[in-house]
Amino acid sequence: MNEIFTASVFASAIRLATPYIFAGLGETFSQRSGVLNLGVDGIMLMGAFTGFYAVYITENLLIGVLVAMLTGLVMGLAVAFISVTLKAEQGISGIGVYLFGLGLSELLFQKLIGTPKSVDGFTAIYIPGLSDIQFLGIGEIFFKHNLLVYVAFALVPVSAYVLNRTPLGLMIRAVGQNPQAADAMGINVARVRYFTVTLGGVMSGLAGASLSIALLKVFQQNLTSGMGFIAVALVYFGGWRPFGILAGAMLFSFVNALQLQISGIGVDIPAEFAVMAPYVITIITLIFASKRTEKPTALTKPFERGE
Amino acid sequence: MNATQFAAPPRIEHLHMQGIVKRFPGVLAVDNVDFEVKAGEIHALLGENGAGKSTLMKILYGLYQQDEGQVLINGQPTEIRSPSDSIRQGIGMIHQHFMLVPSLTVAANVALGMKSSRGWRLDLDVVSRRLEELSLQYNLKVNPNTPVWQLAVGEQQRVEILRALYKNAALLILDEPTAVLTPQEVDDLFRVLNKMTKDGHALIFISHKLHEVLAISDRVTVLRDGRRVDTIPTEGATKLSLAEMMVGRPVVLEYKKQPLQATSERLVLQDVSALSDRGDAGLNGVSLSVRGGEIVGLAGVSGNGQRELAEVIAGLRPATSGGIQIGGIETRGKSPSVINQLGLGYIPEERMIDGAVKEFTVSENFILQDHGRQPYVRGGIFMKFRTIENACREAIKQYEIKTPGTDTPLKSLSGGNIQKLILARELSRNPKVLVAAQPTRGVDIGASEYIHQRLLAERDQGTAILLISEDLDEIMALADRVAVMYEGRIVGVVERNAVTVRQIGAMMAGSSLEMVE
Ligand SMILES: Nc1ncnc2c1ncn2[C@@H]1O[C@H](COP(=O)(O)OP(=O)(O)OP(=O)(O)O)[C@@H](O)[C@H]1O
Ligand SMILES: [Mg+2]
Repeated sequence: MNEIFTASVFASAIRLATPYIFAGLGETFSQRSGVLNLGVDGIMLMGAFTGFYAVYITENLLIGVLVAMLTGLVMGLAVAFISVTLKAEQGISGIGVYLFGLGLSELLFQKLIGTPKSVDGFTAIYIPGLSDIQFLGIGEIFFKHNLLVYVAFALVPVSAYVLNRTPLGLMIRAVGQNPQAADAMGINVARVRYFTVTLGGVMSGLAGASLSIALLKVFQQNLTSGMGFIAVALVYFGGWRPFGILAGAMLFSFVNALQLQISGIGVDIPAEFAVMAPYVITIITLIFASKRTEKPTALTKPFERGE
Repeated sequence: MNATQFAAPPRIEHLHMQGIVKRFPGVLAVDNVDFEVKAGEIHALLGENGAGKSTLMKILYGLYQQDEGQVLINGQPTEIRSPSDSIRQGIGMIHQHFMLVPSLTVAANVALGMKSSRGWRLDLDVVSRRLEELSLQYNLKVNPNTPVWQLAVGEQQRVEILRALYKNAALLILDEPTAVLTPQEVDDLFRVLNKMTKDGHALIFISHKLHEVLAISDRVTVLRDGRRVDTIPTEGATKLSLAEMMVGRPVVLEYKKQPLQATSERLVLQDVSALSDRGDAGLNGVSLSVRGGEIVGLAGVSGNGQRELAEVIAGLRPATSGGIQIGGIETRGKSPSVINQLGLGYIPEERMIDGAVKEFTVSENFILQDHGRQPYVRGGIFMKFRTIENACREAIKQYEIKTPGTDTPLKSLSGGNIQKLILARELSRNPKVLVAAQPTRGVDIGASEYIHQRLLAERDQGTAILLISEDLDEIMALADRVAVMYEGRIVGVVERNAVTVRQIGAMMAGSSLEMVE
C-alpha cells in the first residue's frame, strides 16, 4: 500500500490539477453569468500551442504566458460575440469553437514546428524553509512546484472572494440568475457576460500554457485530449463554487495520478479500467451533484429585453 | 461596471412625455399619448387590461424605445435608452412582475447595481443596517438577510418598495404595487407614498382599484386602447365616473345575488396538513367543506397557508396527513391530471408559473389540460385544430380577451388578459369544484365585473367554489360563507351575512371567532 500512496503521487496530483483549476475557474465565471462555454478545450489547445511557440522562438516564459492569455482573450471575445450578441445556441456553437481550436492548433503546429519538440519550460520553485519539511512529505507535496501551480491555487480563494464579496461578483450572479431583474437595476447584461466569457477565455489560454510550457513542456496535436471538457464537467461537479472546483479537480487528478502510479508499479488491473476510472468517478458524482441552489437559472439562455 | 450612484438624484420638477407612440407586432400599444407629472404629486394612471399603462411606463424607464415622441425632463429633451439612463436621471420603477433575484438575500438585491461604500468590496452589512433603519422608519417589516425565494409575495413587494426608498429616486413609477398587498399593507404603503410626496418626489401610481386611486392620487390620466382619454384632477371624480371613462360604457359595481341553493358537499378537507416551501408546517390540520351551489370565501393575509391549501387540493403539493375528497372520491396522492378529470377547476395564484406556459400560443394555452381528450382530439392522437381554434375564438369574444390572435404567444398579452384566458379555460371545462386563487388580482374593473358575474353564474349552476382572496370587498360581495386562515389553520368559518369586514379583519390577525364576537 505504501508503494501506492507515496508523496510523489500526491505531488503529481497537485501538478495535474493545475490546468483543470485554471480552466474550471474561468468557466465558473462564464457560467455564473449564464453563458455555457463548451469551447474551453479548443481555447486551451490554442493557448497551449501559441504559448509553446512563443517560448520556442523567444525562450522567454513570460512572453509565452502572455501570448497564451492573449490568444484566450481573442477566442473568449469570439465566444462572447457568438453567444451574447448573436444569441447562438450555446451547446452547438461551443462544439464549433472546440473543433476550430483543435484543427487550427494542429495546422499551425504542422506548418510552424512539424515534429514534437520540447522547450525549457517552468521549473520547480522550492519555497524556502517550507519545502524542507519532511513530516508526511509535506515539503515535497506542496512546496516544490512551478510558478503556475502556485498561481492556480492562489486564484481559487481570489475567485471565491470576487464572486461572493464584491459588487462585480454580485452583478455576475444576478445576471446568471435573473437577467431581467439585473437589467431593470441598470446593469448592462451583455457587458457583464462579455466580461466573464472573455475572462474565461483568458483562463483557458493560461490552462493550455500550464500544460505545454510547465507540466509537459512539449506540444503535440490534441495535447489536451479533452481536458477542457472535464473542466466544464468539474464546474457542475463543484456546484459553481471555486472551492468545489478545487475539490473536484483534486479528486480527478488524484485518481489519475494514482492510476499512473499503479500501472507504473505493475499492479494487475486491466489498463482500460484504470484509464476509465477518473471519468466514471466524475460521472457518478455528477449524478449526485445535479441539484444545487447555486446553479445559474439563466444558464444557456440568451437575454432579451421585454418579456 | 455600470454601477449606479444614487446618493443625490437630480430633482425632477416636471417630466413630460410628448406624443409617445409604441407599436408591437399586430398591436398599437401606445397611440400618441401625452403624459406629465410634477414634483410633489401622485399621478394615477388608469386603464383596462392591455390599455398600454405598463408599456408607457417601460418606455419612461428605458426598457422599451418609443417609435415616436419624446421625453422632456425639466423642459430638456432627454434620451432614455436603457434603465441605467433612467436611473441616472433619478427615475425608479416598481414593476408589475417582480424584479428580484430569488437566490440572493434582500440586502444583496438592494445592493445590486449600486456603488459600494467600500469601493471594490461589497458592503452588505452597511446596506442591511440602512435597510433596517428604513424598515423601522416606514414600518415595512423585512429581514435583510433572508433569501428572497423564501418570502411570500406581499413581503417581496415590501422589498421592492424598500429598494426604491433606499435609492431615493426623484420620480418613482409604481406599476400595480397594491395588487398583492393586504388592506393593512396598502395603508402602510400609502403612508410611505404621502411622506415621499411631501419630500418633493414625483410619483406615478398604477392600480385597478378605484378606491385606492381616489384615496391617494392628485390627478388621474385614463388610457383606453393605447390612447389617452383624459387627464383630470382626482377631486370631484367618483368610482363610477372613473370606471365609465375607462370602460367607455356604464358599469355595475354591485351584484345581485340569487338566494343560496346549496346541495351536497362537493369538496371536503379533513384535518389536512402539509409542508410549506420552507419546510415548516404550511397547513396545520385544516378541515373545510364546500357544497355545490355555494361560494366559500377564504380570507387571510398572504402567506398564511392559502397557497399551500390550493396546491394541496389541486394535487400540486403532497399532504402529509388528512383526507381530501372531490365529489366523494378520495384524491389525496392522486396526480393533478387525475384530479382535473374528477372535476376540479383550478385558477392558480401564480398564473404565469402554474397556470400557463408563456412561450405557448393563446390557443395552446387554452387547451393545456385537454390536449389528449375530447372534443379537441380525434382518435386520441390527432388534434382537431379547427375545433380548438373555434372554441378559443369564442372564449376570446365572450371574455373580451385582448389579443392580436389565437396564435400570439401568451407572454405578449397583458397580465389581466392572461388571467381572463385562464378563467375562460377553467370554466369551459364545466368543473364540479372550482378553486379560484386571487382570480381578479391585477384585473381591470370591466373584467373583474365580468369574472365576478361568471363566478356567481357558476355558483347558481351548482358548482362548488372555493374563492381564495385577499380582497375583502371581493369576498364580501361573492361569498356565502367565509373561512379565515391564520398561520396554516382555519380560525373560523362564518356565514357571510352574520359577520362584518372588521370582524374578519380581526380574525385575519389571529383572533378566534369567540374573541371577535
Ligand atoms: N413585449 C410585447 N410584445 C408584444 N406585445 C406587447 C408586449 N408588451 C405589451 N404588448 C401589448 O401591448 C398592449 C399594452 O400592454 P400593457 O402591458 O402596456 O397593458 P397594461 O395597460 O399594463 O395592462 P394590465 O393592466 O393588464 O397590466 C397589450 O395589447 C399587449 O398585448
Ligand atoms: Mg400592466
